Amino acid sequence: MSVVRRIGLALLAPALAITVALVISAIVIALIGENPLDAFRVMTDLGDTPAQQVQSIVVILNRFVPLFLAGLAVSVAFRMGLFNIGVEGQYRLATILAAAVGAAVVLPGPLHLLLIVVVAVAVGALWAGIVGVLKVTRGVSEVISSIMLNFVALGLASYLLTGPLRGSEEGASVVTTTPIAESGWFPDLNGLLTGLGLAEPRSDLYGFLVVALIVGVLVAVLIKRTRFGFDLRATGMSPSAATASGVDARSMVVKTMLLSGAIAGLVGLPDLLGDTHQFGTEFTAGLGFLGIAVSLLGRNSPLGIAFAALLFAFLDRAALPLQFADIPSSVVTIIQGTIVLAVVIANEIARRLALRSAERAGASAATPPPLSGAGGDTPPDDGPGGGDQDRTGQPGQPQGAQA
Amino acid sequence: MTTVESSATTGTRRGPLTALLGGSRSRRIVWLLIGVFVLISAVRVISGEQELTSSQTFSAALLLAVPIALAALGGLFSERAGVVNIGLEGMMILGTWGAGWAGYQWGWGGAVLGGVAFGLAGGLLHAIATVTFGVDHVVSGVAINILAAGIVRFLSELFFIDNPAGGGAAQSPRLSSRPPEFSLPVLSSGPDLLGKIEAQHWFLISDLAGLLRGLTSGVGVLTVVAVLMIPGAYLLLWRTAFGLRLRSCGENPAAADSLGVPVYRMKYVAVLISGALAGLGGVFLVFVANIYREGQTGGRGFIGLAALIFGNWRPGGLAAGAGLFGYADGLQLRSRTAVVALLLLVAVLLAALAVHQGMKRRFLQAAIAAVFGAGALVGFIVIDELPPGIVFFTPHLTTLLVLSLASQRLRPPKADGLVYRRGEN
Repeated sequence: MSVVRRIGLALLAPALAITVALVISAIVIALIGENPLDAFRVMTDLGDTPAQQVQSIVVILNRFVPLFLAGLAVSVAFRMGLFNIGVEGQYRLATILAAAVGAAVVLPGPLHLLLIVVVAVAVGALWAGIVGVLKVTRGVSEVISSIMLNFVALGLASYLLTGPLRGSEEGASVVTTTPIAESGWFPDLNGLLTGLGLAEPRSDLYGFLVVALIVGVLVAVLIKRTRFGFDLRATGMSPSAATASGVDARSMVVKTMLLSGAIAGLVGLPDLLGDTHQFGTEFTAGLGFLGIAVSLLGRNSPLGIAFAALLFAFLDRAALPLQFADIPSSVVTIIQGTIVLAVVIANEIARRLALRSAERAGASAATPPPLSGAGGDTPPDDGPGGGDQDRTGQPGQPQGAQA
Repeated sequence: MTTVESSATTGTRRGPLTALLGGSRSRRIVWLLIGVFVLISAVRVISGEQELTSSQTFSAALLLAVPIALAALGGLFSERAGVVNIGLEGMMILGTWGAGWAGYQWGWGGAVLGGVAFGLAGGLLHAIATVTFGVDHVVSGVAINILAAGIVRFLSELFFIDNPAGGGAAQSPRLSSRPPEFSLPVLSSGPDLLGKIEAQHWFLISDLAGLLRGLTSGVGVLTVVAVLMIPGAYLLLWRTAFGLRLRSCGENPAAADSLGVPVYRMKYVAVLISGALAGLGGVFLVFVANIYREGQTGGRGFIGLAALIFGNWRPGGLAAGAGLFGYADGLQLRSRTAVVALLLLVAVLLAALAVHQGMKRRFLQAAIAAVFGAGALVGFIVIDELPPGIVFFTPHLTTLLVLSLASQRLRPPKADGLVYRRGEN
């Protein structure tokens, strides 16, 4: 298979999916009596003046940062065939505790930031670690336990916010923690924008963007270029083969969940350190669930996740202009949901096409087809779930659940 | 819990507990349930928390258990045919909206049909993605959950804002009629004998009266229908040719296919039934509030899935799981102080587990159980009333605890979650 053809196949699925999603969304918009073309124009219109356009781009980038981190957190677990649906709870709990610790101390700038980040990472990792430990010791499906821990984390966060960590006045309409001192604010990147000759935006471009990109590169290197990453992918593709080659599947589950949770702990920090400086009832919610969608869309590769997060951030920004144009902003959610479903279906079709052409090539070379399918032979980057043919829905395969 | 543990080991040898309680599995389960009930009764007497076994609590528990049981039943059909259904939550959300939308226009009958139809649509989507296109089941389910939340918001903005009957972006107008209810004469209404016994607060007897009264007074006709669906599902899946074919698709689809079972069609049917049942679960949630509200499901689809796993993919087991979660949920809604009394129950159960593990010379597990048990006991003594944020997740934490204590010897359908392509397997 030529390189061009392979790249074409790889791009075919997302392009197909986005087209299908746009067509369905257009039909939905037309059904409610609005002009789909008008709606799409509203969504892609970034503003009239350069200042407005820069502002729109900053809003998109600021939304991109947490979405990218959430997608990364989900994808690390995905790669091993683990479903971390608990990112939502992990980042909420991590953020409120990090905000509380950050507000309680005043340290010189970098140390203060470092402390907050470390607390968030540790809390996220521990919370996700519970899921891993329950899976390997008690055989509890990570899907179920991470969902249940989401509810526990959200309840705990709401208890902490209204109880011991409450910083705002009694009776205030928005309950928040005590604000973090200025030494714990992350520097913004507006200097970079003005340095590039762009207009000064109204809101700050999160400096956490740099951290997120570094984390993205680190994850890419870790997965692709290290022994740990190899073990992780191998376990995801075939747990039995990995175990046979000496990988300790049980400790891999725990380690992967810790890593996934650690990244999840970072998800709330861009908003916390760059904008609100306190955790409150109005703090950004739902990033964990969007992270799953972003990860599926980006096919679990850091680069793909970056594009997916950018697309979702772009769509999210469009919600407000749509509202101004009297079009229900939930159109955005429908587009996002449709894209995800279309992408997983398109991926599957593309995989089948690739398989067929590989089989044909194999047959013409008079060799047996390279892939003789038990359905579990998904190439690493192809299936949306990584080695998802391992029954992710069920608990504790290796530990004798079949007994 | 001890009995669960010992029943797990009887495959090879019989423990003393098994000999004491009698041989057959169903008899042991009955004994286990009676034991837990006596324990709860004792905890009520010791803690003085009458809400633990009041008829109102059991009544609320039944009301809350039914949606969970229906979602779990939906999961049963789907997973027995080999399709994992994480999308139950999304289908339930669609069901609540359908019930709200149809209910305010055509009353409770319309609500049932509307909810089932919307749930069915969600099931159809899942079936197309997983069966026809072979998408990973969990991925498709998660996508459906995301999509469902967006769709109902969109539809609400479309139909409920500026609706003369009321409602808004996050809720529907009120249902135009309530489903019929009944109470058992003499026992639970009229002279209300059970109510009188319950008011005496006798050990065990009053608790039993509370249980019976809770299950028989002011019960919706539809609730009875829903409860009857559980034995109905058993008969359908384990006593008919259709059920055998459906289950064969979940165990070994290739073999089923070779014997002439239309595997794709069976899977479609199963997932459609699954969506319809989850949607019906949503309808019951709407009946509780008499209105559709956004976020009404509160993760009950997921809890239903947990109940299914807890119940080992069997109708009786999932009913027990749903009953347990319904009880925890009902209790946390009735009284924040009564939840504290549950800690005493947890402490006793963990102490029993610790002794059991200690006798088997598994000292690490025994120590862990003992430490958590002691923690629960301290919590019971120290805490008077739990704050709302904490009480809110009682059912979810109970789910997690029960799963981690008792999910050892489970047997999911063999091909559950595997994508089946004709000719590839």
